[in-house]
Amino acid sequence: MVENRPYLNILAHVVLILGVAVVAFPVYLAFIASTHSPRDFVSGVMPLLPGDAMIETYRTMFTRGVSTAGAPPLSQMMFNSLVMALTIAVGKIAISILSAFAIVYFRFPFRATAFWMIFVTLMLPVEVRIVPTFEVVANLGLLNSYAGLSIPLIASATATFLFRQFFLTIPEELVEAARIDGAGPMRFFRDMLLPLSRTNMAALFVILFIFGWNQYLWPLLVTTDESYYTVVMGIKRLSDVADSEPQWNYVMATVILAMLPPILVVVGMQKLFVKGLVEQEK
Amino acid sequence: MQTKRTIFRNRWLPYALLAPQLAITIIFFLWPAAQAVRQSFLRQDAFGLKTSFVGLENYLALLKDPSYLQSFQVTAVFAVSVAALSMGLSLALAVAVDRVLRANQLYTTMLVWPYAVAPVAAGVLWWFMFNPSIGILSYALRQMGYDWNHNLDGTDAMILVVVAAAWKQISYNFLFFVAGLQSIPQSLREAAAIDGAGPAKRFFTVIFPLLSPTTFFLLVINVTYTMFDTFGVIDAATEGGPSQATNILVYKVYRDGFVGLNLGSSAAQSVVLMLIVMALTFVQFRWIERRVQY
Repeated sequence: MVENRPYLNILAHVVLILGVAVVAFPVYLAFIASTHSPRDFVSGVMPLLPGDAMIETYRTMFTRGVSTAGAPPLSQMMFNSLVMALTIAVGKIAISILSAFAIVYFRFPFRATAFWMIFVTLMLPVEVRIVPTFEVVANLGLLNSYAGLSIPLIASATATFLFRQFFLTIPEELVEAARIDGAGPMRFFRDMLLPLSRTNMAALFVILFIFGWNQYLWPLLVTTDESYYTVVMGIKRLSDVADSEPQWNYVMATVILAMLPPILVVVGMQKLFVKGLVEQEK
Repeated sequence: MQTKRTIFRNRWLPYALLAPQLAITIIFFLWPAAQAVRQSFLRQDAFGLKTSFVGLENYLALLKDPSYLQSFQVTAVFAVSVAALSMGLSLALAVAVDRVLRANQLYTTMLVWPYAVAPVAAGVLWWFMFNPSIGILSYALRQMGYDWNHNLDGTDAMILVVVAAAWKQISYNFLFFVAGLQSIPQSLREAAAIDGAGPAKRFFTVIFPLLSPTTFFLLVINVTYTMFDTFGVIDAATEGGPSQATNILVYKVYRDGFVGLNLGSSAAQSVVLMLIVMALTFVQFRWIERRVQY
């Protein structure tokens, strides 16, 4: 602090408290809505304090779902989301660390080509190649499967770059020592690189778990079977009712439960999250 | 390209290590992208029975299609508004946190979690708050004499998606602005203070210019985010309506390809989008080399 100006400190706190309130308000409202029974919404004025139907709403959503809206029980959708998010996160980390190892510690023909092929994936988000990617997945018979939900999203240039950057900072002496001791490449990878990369892997895991959990367009395309719906898709299915008001309490309970796991991950592992986020953009 | 001085020698192992990554890249990224390019030069009849080569016709049709040009315009307005709103708010919050001595960890925690919210969830949350019949914000606006209805009014709909998309992006921008502010040497602020510059003057003549690398970086990231990661926001809040007022390019590709089944046009739109992503990636990488210095 350069100088002491109490009024500016107070202003800073006011700005922050307002900011926190604005950021949290939509979620607060969603939570409130999920605790009311449907008739509380008929009056046309949204209640601002919790109602008494919370347990009932969540129990219904968790165990039964809303079959009229084509939404299976949340427990099942959340399980699907979890499988998808974990497969994507673990898969991306695994294939990226292997390819970064190959690119940094070996010299072989077409090394630069391989690097550029991985680099190009940065420029091809799902959104720009929707139809042909869907056709590939359909032809491989992967529609309505966990493999179809996750494998096409596993390739990642950013994770490969992150590991490559990190490997380049590891002292040469380490490889030399390992070679003098007679360790082969895979031994070196397992006993040196993997333990050294632990923090990076954890930070990346936080980011990729959120990325995987929040996927929406891709699951929307490749699943038609309710038993593979993810919870993020469930939000939209519940809110999308023709010609009538949505069942707000159910919609908002779904929103709350869909947000909870990734938010817990971010808040619980904030340090790793910030590290992962900042480093991913380097 | 950089490698280690000491390397391992093995004829096939590096290929085996790269195989999973490259297989997925080729099957799910490069091949479909090539298909999109190929398809953009073809036209299929309505039943998918006959396909003929039409050259650049799909592209020319796009250029002449007023709804595509409108979609471009909508996307530009959307991207600029989200970037400006979200970055403005985040910068104010970051400067405030930078000033606060105690409790900044707590404030940070309370501000970063929206990063974890899915775009669809963000869209539904704000759609609920602005809902004409039950929404609390539309109710407040009505009390103030403004009749909010994003189902009928294009401007209202645009404001809705901008607010929802910007809300979700605040935490990201906030974290990067805080990191940027913390990397500005304290001595520069002290020097400016000794020269008699007050807090406001210091911010505009010293701190903000020194933040410009972060600001520029975030601008690119925010534009990329709004163009490609807000599909869920749009789908949940407005579905591109009313009358195309929020039909951004990515949403239009999906609608034309999957709902409208106009494959040639959708493929041509995909190719245009790829070019845009390439340009944005290029800008981002060119700039990152400079970012490392400070």
